[in-house]
Amino acid sequence: MSDRTHADLGGQPGFGPVSPEPEGELFHAAWEPRALALTLAMGATDAWNIDTSRRARETLPNYAALSYYAIWINGLERLLTERGLVSVEELGAGRARQISLPIDRVHKAVDVMPALARGSPTARPIQRAARFQPGQPVRTRSEHVAHHTRLPGYAHGKLGTIERLQGAHVFADANAHGEGEQPQWLYSVVFDARELWGPDATAGLSVAIDAWEPYLEAAD
Amino acid sequence: MHPHDDHSHHNDHSDHSELGEMDLRVRALETVLTQKGYIDPAALDVLIDAYQTRIGPRNGARVVARAWADPAFHDWLMRDATAAIASLGYGGRQGEHMVAVANSAAQHHMVVCTLCSCYPWPVLGLPPTWYKSAPYRSRAVKDPRGVLADFDVHLPETTAIRVWDSTAEVRYLVIPQRPVGSEHLSEVELANLVTRDSMIGTGLALSPQALRPKAA
Repeated sequence: MSDRTHADLGGQPGFGPVSPEPEGELFHAAWEPRALALTLAMGATDAWNIDTSRRARETLPNYAALSYYAIWINGLERLLTERGLVSVEELGAGRARQISLPIDRVHKAVDVMPALARGSPTARPIQRAARFQPGQPVRTRSEHVAHHTRLPGYAHGKLGTIERLQGAHVFADANAHGEGEQPQWLYSVVFDARELWGPDATAGLSVAIDAWEPYLEAAD
Repeated sequence: MHPHDDHSHHNDHSDHSELGEMDLRVRALETVLTQKGYIDPAALDVLIDAYQTRIGPRNGARVVARAWADPAFHDWLMRDATAAIASLGYGGRQGEHMVAVANSAAQHHMVVCTLCSCYPWPVLGLPPTWYKSAPYRSRAVKDPRGVLADFDVHLPETTAIRVWDSTAEVRYLVIPQRPVGSEHLSEVELANLVTRDSMIGTGLALSPQALRPKAA
C-alpha cells in the first residue's frame, strides 16, 4: 500500500464554500447507514485497528472523487481483500465462494450498545517522563515521512507552543502499520496563524493540533 | 433565527445511477460478510438505530445546559471533560478522551479534523456531511471567518479565534456563550438553545426569542 495520503486537506485552496445542513440530516442515500454500520461492525471484530483503517481510506488513489461513506466502503473492501477475509471475486459476485478465515469476535446485536459505551480508549501507561511542558516552545518535524502520520502538512516545520499535556496515547504512526501501540506522550501544540500562513494570516487566529512527542523537537 | 434557515442546500453528491450502483455494492458486501459469518446483520440495525435515535447533538446540548446552569459542573467540565460528561451518561466510542473549550466575547473556539472526520460522537452523534467534506476541512484552519460567514455567523474583529484540529484521539466540545436573556430559563429550556453547530463552533447558541412561538 502506498502511503501517499490524499486526505491532508488543511489550508488547501480551491474547494469552495461550506454547505451547512440541518441537524437531523444524517444520511443522503439508503446505502449510507449500512456502510456506516458495516464499517463499525467489522472494526469491532478487531481484524484491524482504527489507525490501519484510516490509512486504508486516506491512501485510496481516488479519495478526492468519492463521497465520505464511499471512502469508507472502498477502505473496508480494501482491508477485507488485503487480509484475504473476502476475495475480489466474492465482492463482484455478491456471495461467499471461499472458506472463511477465523476472526477474533463477531459483533452481535447484544454487544453493540456496551461496545459503544466502552469505546476504545487510547490512553496508555508510559514509563518515561514527558519531554515537554506547557508553555515550552517546540518546532514540528519538517521532513516528509514515508509512513502513515497525523502531523498535518500545514504544520510541518512550524514553531509552536505546548499548551496541554494530553497524556500518553497509542502512537498512530506505528499502530497503523501493525507495529504495535508504542505509546507516546501527546501534546496540544498551538501555532499563531502567521507562523502557519504568513504575515497576511487572519488576525487573532491560532490553531491547535494534537501532536505525539516524536513529531516535536525543543525550540528553546 | 436558526443560522441554517437560509441555507438548506441538500448536499447530494451522486446522481441516481451512482446511487443505484452503491446500493448494490453495499448490499453485496453485507451479503458476503454475513454468509462468511463475519457480521451479525441484526447488529447493523442496532448500530444504525443508536445513531439515529440515541446518540446525537441533544446529548451535547444537555452537557452545555448543565455547564451554563451549574458553575461547579462548568469547572469540572473544563478540568476533566471526559468525567464530567460521563456523569450525565455520555461517553465511549469517539469520545473516550474529551476536552471542552468555552467561548467568550474575547475568544471563539472552532473544531475541525483536517485529516479525516474526527468528531465527538457520544455528545454530537455522527458528523454532518460538511464537517467531513473538503471545503470545511481545508478552510477552517486558514480562513475560519470565511467559513463562519458561510454559516451566516459574523464575529467582532476583536474576538480571537482558536481552531482545534483533531489530529489524535482527543475530541473537542465547544461550550457556546450563554445567550443574553436566558437567565430565567430552566436547564431543559436552555438545552433547546444549544444547536449542534454551536458545539462545533460554526454557530452560536440561539437567543430565547428564537424559540418563542410566533405571535398570532
